[in-house]
Amino acid sequence: MADTRGDKDDRKELPDDEAALSARLQRLGERIATANRPSENVTGSRQAADASAFAKGFRMSTELVAGVLVGALIGWLLDRWLGISPWGLIVFLLLGFAAGVLNVMRAAGVVRNNNLTD
Amino acid sequence: MAADPIHQFRIIDLFPVAHIGHTEIVFTNSAAFMLAAVVVITAFLIIGTAKRSLVPSRLQSAAELSYEFVATTVRSTAGSEGMRFFPFVFTLFMFILTVNMIGLIPYTFTVTSHIIVTAALAITVFLTVLLYGLYRHGFHFFNLFVPKGVPIYILPLIVFIEVLSFVSRPISHSVRLFANMLAGHITLQVFAGFIILMGSAMGAIGWAGGILPFGMIVILMALETLVAFLQAYVFAILTCIYLNDAIHPGH
Repeated sequence: MADTRGDKDDRKELPDDEAALSARLQRLGERIATANRPSENVTGSRQAADASAFAKGFRMSTELVAGVLVGALIGWLLDRWLGISPWGLIVFLLLGFAAGVLNVMRAAGVVRNNNLTD
Repeated sequence: MAADPIHQFRIIDLFPVAHIGHTEIVFTNSAAFMLAAVVVITAFLIIGTAKRSLVPSRLQSAAELSYEFVATTVRSTAGSEGMRFFPFVFTLFMFILTVNMIGLIPYTFTVTSHIIVTAALAITVFLTVLLYGLYRHGFHFFNLFVPKGVPIYILPLIVFIEVLSFVSRPISHSVRLFANMLAGHITLQVFAGFIILMGSAMGAIGWAGGILPFGMIVILMALETLVAFLQAYVFAILTCIYLNDAIHPGH
């Protein structure tokens, strides 16, 4: 009799313990979540990508040149295929320059990339 | 020959592997160094994580640090969903970093100083972004090119510019890594050439004066180590930014 009662008492206590434990677990989970949250920051990492001024400057110049190059290439190919020389080159060189400037402004963070802001 | 700064980038055929049509596929020094990098990375990670001790050894901490570093980068740039691309980004980062670092050792070959290698990596990233974006979002992926809040009469122009900006990504992505490595290695070689030139032109005084360019090489070497790491990091983080576009296109 005494044994079973003791058993019951144990069982009664057990849920309390479990509740306390799960509460502690939950608190721990929340603390871990808050500790991890700052790393889910988009803008911070974009700045970290440009860790040194040299790398930053180099990134800007390649972005601009890449835009102009792609524009020139597409314009030149269109000229050859459609026989509209030199209009394709003129138009797409200008568009490519605009794209290059857009790239640079995005890389510099002047224009917020609409796709990145979430 | 030693003074020729371009000589270090020469591709040397080691042995032929196969024939496709009339084209010979040759195992070159470039392929050998890529293979070496893969072996080094694999050994580093397998040996580093073999013991899995609670108090990590130096090698284990280094392996864990590289994992944590890339994982944080991916998570902070592309969100938790971006973690499905973690193996891809980690592979790219470790490969570029190792290849760059091996290239800093004198008499070795720098794989990333050839644009064909960096372009292949950048195009892989570009195609991954394009195909995954289309697979995940279907036609909605092209919303990426249509910014919100733009007046309708300049929208066609903006879309053209956005498409060009998207297409120019693999170029800037590959040229940045390639040009950094090429320029750095040429600079090192030129300064090393100065020592030989001064020594052979002015004898003992020249050799003594060679200390100046030698000091420059030491400084440049430190800079190049930084650049080797930084370019691998920049390549990885830009990959994450581009992948982020594929995961969350404009909304």
